[in-house]
Amino acid sequence: MSALLSIPFFGSELILVVSFFIAMALDFAFSDKKWVAYFTLAALALAWWFGPPAGASVRLFFGSFVWDPVTHFFKGLIYGTIGLTVIASLAYEQIPGRIRGEFYMLLVALALLLTVMGASVNLLMIFLAIESVSLTSYLLVGFQKFDQRASEAALKYVLFGAVSTALMLFGMSLLFGITGSIELSIIGAHIAKLDAASQTLALIGMLFVLAGIGFKISVVPFHFWAPDVYQGAPTPITAFLTIAPKALGFAVLARVFLTAFPFFMAQWATLFSFLAILTMTIGNVLAVSQHDIKRLLAYSSIAQAGYILVGLAAPSSLGLQAILVYVIAYLFTNLGAFFAVLAIERQLRTNDIGAYNGLAKRNPFLALSLTIFLLSLAGIPPLAGFIGKIFIFASAVKEHAFALAIAIALNSAVAAYYYFKVVKAMYLTPADSAERIENPMPTRIAICITLAGTLAIGIWPTVFIRFAEQALIAFPTF
Amino acid sequence: MGLLSWLVFTPIVGMIVIMLIGRDQHKLIRNLATFTTACELLLVIAVLAKFDLSQTGMQFAERALWIPQLGVYYHLGLDGISLIMLVTTGLLSFLACVASFGIRERVKEYFALYLLLETGMIGTFVSLDLFLFYIFWEVVLVPMYFLIGIWGGPRKEYAAIKFFLYTLAGSMFMLIGILALYFASTPHTFNMLALGQNQFALHFQQMVFLALFLGFAIKVPIWPFHTWLPDAHVEAPTPISVILAAILLKMGTYGFFRISYPILPQAARWFGPAMGILAVIGIIYGGFVAFAQTDFKKMVAYSSVSHMGFVLLGLAVFTLTGFQGALLQMFTHGLITGALFLLVGVLYDRAHIRDLNSFGGLWVKLPVYGGILIFCSLASLGLPGLAGFVSEFMVLLGSFPVYRWMTAAACVGILLAAAYLLYMIQRVLLGSLNPKWAHLKDISAREIFTLVPLMILILLVGVYPKIVLQYIAPTLEALVKSVGGTLA
Repeated sequence: MSALLSIPFFGSELILVVSFFIAMALDFAFSDKKWVAYFTLAALALAWWFGPPAGASVRLFFGSFVWDPVTHFFKGLIYGTIGLTVIASLAYEQIPGRIRGEFYMLLVALALLLTVMGASVNLLMIFLAIESVSLTSYLLVGFQKFDQRASEAALKYVLFGAVSTALMLFGMSLLFGITGSIELSIIGAHIAKLDAASQTLALIGMLFVLAGIGFKISVVPFHFWAPDVYQGAPTPITAFLTIAPKALGFAVLARVFLTAFPFFMAQWATLFSFLAILTMTIGNVLAVSQHDIKRLLAYSSIAQAGYILVGLAAPSSLGLQAILVYVIAYLFTNLGAFFAVLAIERQLRTNDIGAYNGLAKRNPFLALSLTIFLLSLAGIPPLAGFIGKIFIFASAVKEHAFALAIAIALNSAVAAYYYFKVVKAMYLTPADSAERIENPMPTRIAICITLAGTLAIGIWPTVFIRFAEQALIAFPTF
Repeated sequence: MGLLSWLVFTPIVGMIVIMLIGRDQHKLIRNLATFTTACELLLVIAVLAKFDLSQTGMQFAERALWIPQLGVYYHLGLDGISLIMLVTTGLLSFLACVASFGIRERVKEYFALYLLLETGMIGTFVSLDLFLFYIFWEVVLVPMYFLIGIWGGPRKEYAAIKFFLYTLAGSMFMLIGILALYFASTPHTFNMLALGQNQFALHFQQMVFLALFLGFAIKVPIWPFHTWLPDAHVEAPTPISVILAAILLKMGTYGFFRISYPILPQAARWFGPAMGILAVIGIIYGGFVAFAQTDFKKMVAYSSVSHMGFVLLGLAVFTLTGFQGALLQMFTHGLITGALFLLVGVLYDRAHIRDLNSFGGLWVKLPVYGGILIFCSLASLGLPGLAGFVSEFMVLLGSFPVYRWMTAAACVGILLAAAYLLYMIQRVLLGSLNPKWAHLKDISAREIFTLVPLMILILLVGVYPKIVLQYIAPTLEALVKSVGGTLA
């Protein structure tokens, strides 16, 4: 579709571009930056409202992007994550007031860039989208610029990001050289017709591309940045980073590998199986010894990436559905967990698990909700995480990938151990102080929404599974 | 909403009401929890009264589509096997709730979790959909973790997490087994009854049987998966030990009766001898270890390992008598060991220690307590005329024609039970009175109230076992036929 005809399908993105500049103006106009945050929320709602219809499936801007149900699904996910992050950030006082406006502005930009990332179907756009998402993320990670840890995290993130995107770009150039195209579907069609030597080269290109995407989804061995970055970043940004870029990373991974490399499916499925097992095991084992809750959740989110990867390691339509269901469940659960952490950090100024001792007495609601989020992460029914996990399990068992299934089973037990370390601190260990922990209105709202989601997906999963089903209607099938 | 749904959700309603009450209203909370468990007991009695003895199929069935994409149904139903476990759950939950009046700290949380636990247990015993079964099975874990971890003894945190992780690891494998069954059946289903109609290949059956076995064996616990049990039992507060022994352990053997056997009959027969061997090892090992204990509660805990071995032996032999004995043993062990844990608690509440060697001559100071303890110990060691004898005898009778040597070895277990229980009585009740215990008061009326119903049932089943067997016989006959066992 030509550029002019594509415009109507790009309504939301245009609204976000305009909103970005309006937010900038508001930032100058108001000294109380919460108005920028409210505007951000309104802009997201407006962008969603004026978005194109869900059912369509069209290629935009001469095949750079595609507007299809998958894009629609991820757009909803991104807007939801960013909206909740903005709400929770209102209570996060560690960011100095005068730069808070920029903070919300960058989140608007990320809403736009992440949607573009989910819609890209050619190598150039994928590269640009990933790179711009990364650049914006670096800024947000280092936002507390006077905090040494934040600066270290941002620098680490930049270095890792630069190397892996360079690798990805190299891989892309190989693919372009061999197939003469940057469009995923054309590359996919070409590879099958190549001679053996060129196919090997294409395979190498594929591996390099994987390095770039693997960085985004923090799959072992591209995960080293994650714990430091997640620990050093402002807590709402950590919450956001563990979900939206990661989910979009999986979207890109699925698009690239299913459209461009179906020819190598046997190879990459095996590779993903190994990576999935490695990722979940390393993530979980390293999480066990953490004392900082943000670090603990960081390793846990690495492990979760391993679970999600199972959906592609045992490729089938059920596997893809599992990825989407898991991502929805994970969105509510993980965001909720980080919001609870945020509320506690706000008052106690520490993320040490020791500070959680006796939380059940100091704020029963926070303790109960964090427990529910952790139980959901551990996959205990009837909560969202369980529904996600059963889909992941099912996709492995259906394809007779029993090694994967057993790995998930063993990992779940390890994971339960460290999630319960936190639960133990909150309920079993007596408090050091009786002072009540306040839960201000913004985090209370954000936690209530995520809590409702976590419970609703667990008790009434049908609706959420239907979202995933509808998203995959037009996706390449098996 | 049918009777079974009421049974499943009444405790949840009670839990929500309790959560809305102020945390200092201890008396009100206690009474509400007791009221809720009493309602449950009445509902169980209503089910018992309406139960049709002549029918072998599922009764009180309820079925509604829950997750259409996975073919998951909210499907409840009841046959003789479930009924007997339902009665155990209803009765023991009520009695243990009365026994919980001694809980003084964090009363509100305790009773809220306690009621959640009851929902999980009842749900496990009436689910006919594997997905639903798994959910209830897991729902039991979380309150149990807190009940042991908050109100337990000195090593409560270790015991609680050990219990949790063991069971969770087992149930994860069970989940793999359940999903394998789902994908192997045509059309894909979680319905236990429909899965029973499928004919799976032997090799597949064996793999799934093993996966489910891990889940169930850890729960029972079958030797060598039993190591969580002594820790959990010893650290848990008295009422929770009662629930653990009387109900939670039975969830494992119930799983064999309800899922493994009807759905995987060939694999079950193939694994029969192995299960028999594990059973006998459990019986003898549990007996010897119980004999060596100086901690009263640990002794009762290990005696559970031994007694649950009889259930497994009865299951392993594929005869009607064996099955009946196994199921009856699940019931009688619940009554007897439940009573014994209550008695341990009575003594511990007064003396604050459980070291058997430090007691002696207590019968003089606590005559009523002594009498009840002797009654329950005799029931546990299998004295004819009391419930324990009937079930263990039936297991041995059923297994004798099949595995003679194993039966003979199992008899050693009965001997050991007599040894450790009488040795315990000697050390606690007989001998000269340790002056340290001269001030101890005899058992209170409330404590007697929790024990008397159990004692009546122990006697009743011992003298006239048909009152229970009539409920379970038709169902078990059908089961024996379907797994290809002998109707003897």
